[in-house]
Amino acid sequence: MIEFKNVGLVYPNGTEGLKNVNVTIKDGEFVVIVGLSGAGKSTFIRSINRLVTPTSGELLVDNEDILTYRGANLRKLRTKIGMIFQNYNLVKRSNVLKNVLAGRLGHTGTLRSIFSMYKKEDVALAYESLQRVNIAEKIHNRADELSGGQQQRVSIARVLTQKPSYILADEPVASLDPPTSHQVMTYLKKINKEDNITTIVNLHFIDMAMEYADRIIGMRAGEVVFDGPASEVTEKTFEEIYGRTIREDDLRGGADES
Amino acid sequence: MTTNSNAGKHAQTPAIYPAKTKAQITIIFFAVIGFYLYSMIRTQAEMVGGFGNALSDMWRVMEKFFPPNFQVVGAIWPAMATTIQMAIIATTVAAILTVPLALLSAQNVTTFKPLYYVTRTFLNILRTIPDLVLAVIFVGLFGIGVFPGILALIIFSLGILAKLISETIEAVDMNPLEAMRASGANTLQMIFYGLVPQVLPQFTSFVLYVFEINIRASVVLGLVGAGGIGLVLDQQLGFYNYPNAMTIIIVIFVVVIAIEYVSNKIREALI
Repeated sequence: MIEFKNVGLVYPNGTEGLKNVNVTIKDGEFVVIVGLSGAGKSTFIRSINRLVTPTSGELLVDNEDILTYRGANLRKLRTKIGMIFQNYNLVKRSNVLKNVLAGRLGHTGTLRSIFSMYKKEDVALAYESLQRVNIAEKIHNRADELSGGQQQRVSIARVLTQKPSYILADEPVASLDPPTSHQVMTYLKKINKEDNITTIVNLHFIDMAMEYADRIIGMRAGEVVFDGPASEVTEKTFEEIYGRTIREDDLRGGADES
Repeated sequence: MTTNSNAGKHAQTPAIYPAKTKAQITIIFFAVIGFYLYSMIRTQAEMVGGFGNALSDMWRVMEKFFPPNFQVVGAIWPAMATTIQMAIIATTVAAILTVPLALLSAQNVTTFKPLYYVTRTFLNILRTIPDLVLAVIFVGLFGIGVFPGILALIIFSLGILAKLISETIEAVDMNPLEAMRASGANTLQMIFYGLVPQVLPQFTSFVLYVFEINIRASVVLGLVGAGGIGLVLDQQLGFYNYPNAMTIIIVIFVVVIAIEYVSNKIREALI
């Protein structure tokens, strides 16, 4: 369970990233955060694994305030939270299997990982994760030989190998074409259901948010302006969140093609 | 039609550079030309005299070097091997010592500013000392031989390598490192998993490049008593034994070209 209690974040340059955010996310939920760029979606998501640190309030993950964590505590917290990025963030020169094994780093001793002496079950787990996203035949290819959609699947496999309780995805489909976007979202949804992993996804495409989310949180200027089940959301809701009418480029489209 | 309208608009066509930039560049250009002219006039007398004497002496000196005495190749080979060994040892030690120094002087890895500035300044000072000066100092400290030569080469190549590699590290893609931090990896793991694969090809290439430089430098260092082929060359020149000296020069030439060729091929394959 993730609980935001009056969380605020002011960046050193004075920008307010989050303003008095109160949100509770229950285990197993599939939450999509929507909002324009600069609305605080990334700040919200990155607060949960402390890639950024909120400056006020309390942020509880599994009933522990994570804002006081440092060093080993922080690394332990991060091992149970997987993250997926817009630019996939793979080591381009390393092969796919090695990239996926990087998900085990938090569970592996420093010396062991430096000499690539992974446990047999870790390698097996990495291979199994790759099979789950249907890319197991590429294990020895270099990451930069893959297409964007394939790279994002490898990064999903990396997160699976981490065996997390939570998955954060920061604009996972923003660099992909419509059919590939739907494929990636389908994998995320499937993993959420099969492994019961709480998943929080940042999106700015409203049609995708409505299609995949259980629950939608709308943000504007660092504040949560909407929070409710996806079934209650209409185009009207999005116009309120965005503070303007919905345009063509707010939609990803292509749902039927995939 | 198009040409006509262009001709009509000619007066309005903007210049590629603003008038101010043009004026500045022109002034700088003439200042540089003026500096050349001034220094030519100041030094002309000595330069022309120097060339004149050198040209008349050149043939006389060159004749003494020929024909080279190839019978000594066998005798000078051990000294040449010593020079290559010096370069290999020095490059290896420098390549190892470079790793921590390059990491500490890369701004994206060493986020603790004071440490970064201290390492950076230390490396800058290291680089300002010429290799010949280092050799003279170490020969003074440890006596004539191979050891002071190796020490001088280590410090000399450390300065170059650490600078080149820390700049490579700063140009690295930080995104995968962020992903690893987000999954609970510690700093060492991030370096070995995210950074090393990205830097390794350039690292190898730079080490080979510094090895080439070290071969040539160790010849020069020999002249001041730091062992190897340079020492033998200095002795032969001292005995006015020019045919032997010529053979040594040819051997050095061939070895340097061979090593450069091989290492160039390896570097091409890497990048």
